[in-house]
Amino acid sequence: MLQSIIDRRLAGKNKSIGNRERFLRRYKVQIREAVRRAIDGRGIREIERGEEVHIPKRDISEPVFGHGQGGVRDIVHPGNREYVQGDRIERPKGGQGGGSGRGQASDSGEGEDDFVFTLSKEEFMQVFFEDLALPHLVRTQLAEVPEWKSRRAGFSSDGTPNNLHVVRSLRGAISRRIALGATSRRELRALEEQARELRRSLQPGDEIGRRELQRIEDEIAALRARLARIPYLDPIDLRYRSRVRVPVPTSKAVMFCLMDVSGSMDEERKDLSKRFFILLYLFLTRHYEKIELVFIRHHTQASEVDEHDFFHARETGGTVVSSALVLMEEIIRERYDPAEWNIYGAQASDGDNWHHDSGRCRELLAEKLLPLVRYYAYVQVAEEEQNLWQEYAQLQETQRHFAMRKATSADQIYPVFRDLFRKEGAKAA
Amino acid sequence: MNAKHVHQVPTHPLPLARRPEQPLPGPSDWSFELIEDYHRVIRDTAARFGLDTYPNQLEIITAEQMMDAYASVGMPVNYRHWSYGKEFIATEKNYKRGAMGLAYEIVINSNPCISYLMEENTMAMQALVIAHAAYGHNSFFKGNYLFRMWTDAASIIDYLVYAKNYVRQCEDKHGIDAVELFLDSCHALAHHGVDRYRRPSRKSLAQELSERKEREEYAQQQVNDLWRTLPRRGDRDTESHDIKRFPAEPQENLLYFIEKNAPLLESWQREIVRIVRKIAQYFYPQRQTQVMNEGWATFWHHRLLNQMYDDGYLTDGVMIEWLKSHTNVIAQPPVGHPAYSGINPYALGFAMYTDIKRICEQPTDEDREWFPEIAGTPWLPALDHAMRNYKDESFVGQYLSPRLMRELRLFAIRDDEHDSELEVSAIHDEAGYRRLREALSRQYDLGSREPDIQVWNVNLRGDRSLTLRHFQHNRRPLHDNAEEVIKHVARLWGFGVRLESVNDAGCVTREWSVPAVHD
Repeated sequence: MLQSIIDRRLAGKNKSIGNRERFLRRYKVQIREAVRRAIDGRGIREIERGEEVHIPKRDISEPVFGHGQGGVRDIVHPGNREYVQGDRIERPKGGQGGGSGRGQASDSGEGEDDFVFTLSKEEFMQVFFEDLALPHLVRTQLAEVPEWKSRRAGFSSDGTPNNLHVVRSLRGAISRRIALGATSRRELRALEEQARELRRSLQPGDEIGRRELQRIEDEIAALRARLARIPYLDPIDLRYRSRVRVPVPTSKAVMFCLMDVSGSMDEERKDLSKRFFILLYLFLTRHYEKIELVFIRHHTQASEVDEHDFFHARETGGTVVSSALVLMEEIIRERYDPAEWNIYGAQASDGDNWHHDSGRCRELLAEKLLPLVRYYAYVQVAEEEQNLWQEYAQLQETQRHFAMRKATSADQIYPVFRDLFRKEGAKAA
Repeated sequence: MNAKHVHQVPTHPLPLARRPEQPLPGPSDWSFELIEDYHRVIRDTAARFGLDTYPNQLEIITAEQMMDAYASVGMPVNYRHWSYGKEFIATEKNYKRGAMGLAYEIVINSNPCISYLMEENTMAMQALVIAHAAYGHNSFFKGNYLFRMWTDAASIIDYLVYAKNYVRQCEDKHGIDAVELFLDSCHALAHHGVDRYRRPSRKSLAQELSERKEREEYAQQQVNDLWRTLPRRGDRDTESHDIKRFPAEPQENLLYFIEKNAPLLESWQREIVRIVRKIAQYFYPQRQTQVMNEGWATFWHHRLLNQMYDDGYLTDGVMIEWLKSHTNVIAQPPVGHPAYSGINPYALGFAMYTDIKRICEQPTDEDREWFPEIAGTPWLPALDHAMRNYKDESFVGQYLSPRLMRELRLFAIRDDEHDSELEVSAIHDEAGYRRLREALSRQYDLGSREPDIQVWNVNLRGDRSLTLRHFQHNRRPLHDNAEEVIKHVARLWGFGVRLESVNDAGCVTREWSVPAVHD
């Protein structure tokens, strides 16, 4: 009778994943809301973690026709202790018929309970980044299609004239000429020697000698003619620069974090800035395999520091924002060729700046930095609009890959972030 | 049903051929060889009792896969739907929290009969599951008249594969959202998509497919005929005094009615209605035989394993282990106990089959009076007959004995909303046996457990609205979510839908109506 015992343990695991996806898809709105709340409440380093999502039970119920309370019901129960026929029992509160299986306890316990489930870390981040995309990034959005770059790959014997390598070709020609003419030249040299000997020893009237000389001279002339016929440049000499197309990983990005650490930036403002950087960083990790971070902090002078110092070291003093921008440009020129790197700039500041400097900042950005970067975002972690804000505001009108926002509390960071990197054309959240 | 059915149950268990020299080993870890060994003994023992089964296919699965199977209504394949995801998430959560143990087994009414064994089970538990599922449930699927009549074990898996692929194609073509919404609506009516009295034709999948196209064309034509709007000449005069109701007779299979008559459905939508209907139909017997089916399987794992112990196949350790689990399964806390949640179908079913065996073997005078036809007869044929020819409702109505009512201390409570107090209407005494048995029997009658809702009328000449009627039983009203459900009906029907709740006297006591739903 037994057909077989089949071991299914390795096959078809997670068959319900598809159904789970359907479920998440259906409750996207609630899930998004839960994620948003989670981001607000979470510490920075805990961002990448799962989250519990609550959905009211009534929202996920699947209605079917059923009986409600009321009418006449006969219910049979086991375990009678004291009742005899005709006994009358006080109706339990809540109208349930004598605990008809679903007692009152479960009634009040379940009624409006939420359906709770846990979003995995991946799902959480997926929701978090959903319909966000880096602006102006068509190329990298098609990240699956590798970018091609032609590289030199030595020389080849065919190619187009513009790739002709003259030196190589001529060098080839020389060797060919040397090789082809070697025997003839050796003979020529021997014959010339002979002819010289003969002329020296030739007596006038020596007919035999003269004829011999004549023969040698003829031979010499023939050899010379043969040598002359060796072409100076032959088609087989031509060498072309060979180029092959190799895929270039475009997934290299560098993110510049610029932060004001002057005296006016208190801990709270730093914290806001930090959240902004981390959100940007997380987002970039979704798009690029390799991301380098450059941290530039500045007060009156800018310096490149490591992450710890960036967030934790304290400085005091005035503010010259342009110093950071100058440093950023220098670093780009030195280390990050814009042709190879996707460069992102993120700047956080309280907007306080030495007033003569703000105009310079705008010029620096507009003329030097913005042409180099893919995107530049500025967040002001203070309400007050000072001259830096005003100067930057002019930029925003003309530059497409420049964005600026204000955020004054932790729960504004997330909307700011979404806003900054909203997928073009997507509706506002 | 099947004329070729010649299976003959022996009147007495056949004797054991030869006692084993030593019992089967009973380590806690199972192995494939051990499962084979145990299975062979269980199979031989079952054969001695004359259990007739489909061929068995045992499959070893993990706990996760068990949850997968749970989530898709126990079937190995099914179309994708969010509700199964919800089910899976809930199951997974409860399981991880330890709030529930997984069932030890899932068994599928298919031919061959597939039983899932969870890898976490110990050897003793695997033996229990094999006896319970592969011989208990399996023989029930093959023998019970409802399953023989309503389900086609041979083709269900193929049909589900077809359904899954069809739904996926629809999703590709019409978008996931459209299909999902539509399935939601169908699911809302799934319990009202079964034929209760008429046997569905048994078609192979190939037939089903080849007829689909034909059916689509034909159905559309029928629908078009029904909705012909241009009045024919001569209709005018007759119309006024001859307003025929449509349908002429009320119909209880709402999904069938919608599949055949809803004016605006596209052919893929009709096919999806059909798929949901067919699957609901497949599960219909299971919903009506819970006590019988679980009781039968429990009775037989108990009987078979005890027999094997008596024959010297099982060690004491294995015995103790499965008995512990068996005891948990048939536990019946009394009313008022914190763990009480109604009558445990395993407990009731197991007790009833055991009681039938007792009535056959050691009848009392009372049994002779109540069960003259089986008292003192061989128990195997009596049990076999009981398994084959009843469903829960009639099984309880026929076989619940006074002695068992006393043992379980059953009593019935009448809950009348017009009454300020509840009344104990019957207890386990001479005066109450029949009423008690009747009340419990009715409790298992799907017809009274679920509201009776029928297609009453379609306004053919006017706004094309559909009227459903709920026929109250014992004045029991509909649940408030009826309104939500008729929104689903309206989505399927394409025009407005009214629902009237009618009391015993034929008066409409409550109405719901929703306008047409257009997504």
